[in-house]
Amino acid sequence: MNFNPKTWNYVSHRKQFYIISAVLQIVGLIGFLIFGFNQGVDFQSGTRLDIAIGKPFTEEEVAAELKQLNLEPGSIVTAGDNGERAAVRFTEPLNKEQIVSVKNAFTKKYGEQVDIQESTVDPIVSRELAKNATYALIWASIGILLYIIVRFEYRFAIAGVIGLLHDAFGVIAIFSIFQIEVDLPFIAAILTIVGYSINDTIVTFDRIRENMKLHKVKRKADLEYVVNLSIQETITRSINTVLTVLMASVALLIFGGESIRTFSLALTVGLFLGMYSSIFISSQIWLDWKGREFTNNRVTNNEAS
Amino acid sequence: MIKWSRIWAFLLIVAVMFSVIGYTGLGVAKGITLGLDLQGGFEILYEVKPVHEGEKLDKGTLTDTVQALNRRVNVIGVSEPDIQVEGSDRIRVKLAGVTNQEQARKLLGEPARLSFLDPNGKELLTGDDLAKNGASVQYDELRRPYIALKLKDADKFKQITETYLHQPISIALDEKILTSPVVQSVIPGGTASITGDYTVDEATELAGILNAGALPVEMKEIYSNSVGAALGAESLQKGIYASLIGIALIFLFMLLYYRWPGVIAIITLVVFMYLTLLVLNWMHATLTLPGIAAFILTVGMAVDANIITYERIKEELRAGKTLLSAVRAGQRRSLSTIIDANLTTIIAGIVLFYFGTSSVQGFAVTLMVGIILTLLTNVFGTRLLLAIWVRSNALRKPWYYGVKESEISEL
Repeated sequence: MNFNPKTWNYVSHRKQFYIISAVLQIVGLIGFLIFGFNQGVDFQSGTRLDIAIGKPFTEEEVAAELKQLNLEPGSIVTAGDNGERAAVRFTEPLNKEQIVSVKNAFTKKYGEQVDIQESTVDPIVSRELAKNATYALIWASIGILLYIIVRFEYRFAIAGVIGLLHDAFGVIAIFSIFQIEVDLPFIAAILTIVGYSINDTIVTFDRIRENMKLHKVKRKADLEYVVNLSIQETITRSINTVLTVLMASVALLIFGGESIRTFSLALTVGLFLGMYSSIFISSQIWLDWKGREFTNNRVTNNEAS
Repeated sequence: MIKWSRIWAFLLIVAVMFSVIGYTGLGVAKGITLGLDLQGGFEILYEVKPVHEGEKLDKGTLTDTVQALNRRVNVIGVSEPDIQVEGSDRIRVKLAGVTNQEQARKLLGEPARLSFLDPNGKELLTGDDLAKNGASVQYDELRRPYIALKLKDADKFKQITETYLHQPISIALDEKILTSPVVQSVIPGGTASITGDYTVDEATELAGILNAGALPVEMKEIYSNSVGAALGAESLQKGIYASLIGIALIFLFMLLYYRWPGVIAIITLVVFMYLTLLVLNWMHATLTLPGIAAFILTVGMAVDANIITYERIKEELRAGKTLLSAVRAGQRRSLSTIIDANLTTIIAGIVLFYFGTSSVQGFAVTLMVGIILTLLTNVFGTRLLLAIWVRSNALRKPWYYGVKESEISEL
């Protein structure tokens, strides 16, 4: 297939993209309802110990060592680049004496290089975190909505926010279906995606607004032409910008280490979705909505907004 | 004709900026406070309850508790403790760079209520009766350390020793009896001592806690996160490594795709990174691992300002404009787009800061600082450098701006 992003007709295929996105969102929603999140310790009560052993070990050894301390871990996973870490999860929170005893036992067995990262969360706190994250998403959407209403018009605002919710939920769905563990920085990643995906959308909208002034728009076909032209004109920028940010987030994903992995993965997925939705969803929703002015009451309107 | 004065001005500006960065850059980067996830340390969220059932918790009690905790942290000698009240009944303690985490954590959580008890367990005196800085380490004739206590009211203690002459009086800390000497004679000077099998360090720590005072409340750990020093160092090293690779890729891309303006973008990006670190340093912001991520991301976003402008310039060039007018038009037309795009990200940043907790807040701060500086360096900085260069008449061919001759349409 010969595909040139600068000449391709984005508008004529919009029904297909609506269907693709709708299917993805529905599958995502069903997946989310069935599987939920694989919640990290940030959202669940319990303790997570990241034991950097720094030597080869087996999960059985770790389990045996913990058993001697009368500790029953929920799961033990080998982690780290060379498998030198054990990520151990306890469903019951450990107290500080127990944590000290774990550190002492492992230091005794494997040597002084043993280092432990611990995080313990009470259920009250984790529920608050989830609640705050939801509020944050709602408030960010409202803030962005108002800003676009002031700077553009309400149709752009709604179409833009639909796009950003599409991206945020898309990432949530993918994490849910693949059961990737979700932690606190995941929330930060979702909100960064929200801020960033709207960025792309705004650039396209900005061009649509500008082209609306340059071209006489009398029929829906004219509107389609303007939207398509605007996307073609901004596509290089959209791709290049996402490419540069992707370079950063992929570098983080590959080289940034264990603790930032969820974050960079969510971001990488979200950046892709953000680019997709600003081109194929938000602009097209605006087109269909604005287009109703022409089909419904045949008013000629060549105003920009 | 090439105007060398312009080229010299351009080179001079770049040389001055780069010498400042080269000279101070490393110091600025090293001066940034690292979060506990990067240098090891711990964070604990305590839920605070009054000591006695039914008592009310007011702001004063919480502030007193924070002060007592701060005094205790000083006993351990942590340089920058961060202890804050959250909501109506919580205190968050963040200690970075603690060498002995277990000890510090134990030290913080203890109520440290001192009491003098009679043989029947009745409380005679409490920590409140201790004079200011009344606990000190002394040595007996065998050079064994003990803790000497000085009491506020010498007469009160004298009366007590009269009443309980030849009976044992216990000194207890949090219901644990430390010592139970028998009163041999009436003590007039208001001094008492806690003896035991202490090492000098233990005695110093105990005296420190007693001087710091009891916590006026009960504290329960409801969230804790601790990172070992070696793990923190590893995260830092990996974060820096990933940043360098990400930034190198972005530079390479800009150079290959946008050519000469790409070089200008790289210059402004270097200045951008330096200024971001400088501002974070001034703000005494704490750099966390998500903060490093935000830093590379803002580099990616800052370059977006260049990309929007350069794409615009290319369009104008293709439309057949001269270089000077293409640059002017491109810059003018791209500004509102850039501002709109960045302001929406700022909105997300503010919301993140408001609802986020520590590490997420660190991320939000870095993001917002980065965006504001983007406008300074990658919008206005780029404008300035490009304007000077374009007027020098050097590197005028469209190729240097990433445009093929064949793409240019005649006017």
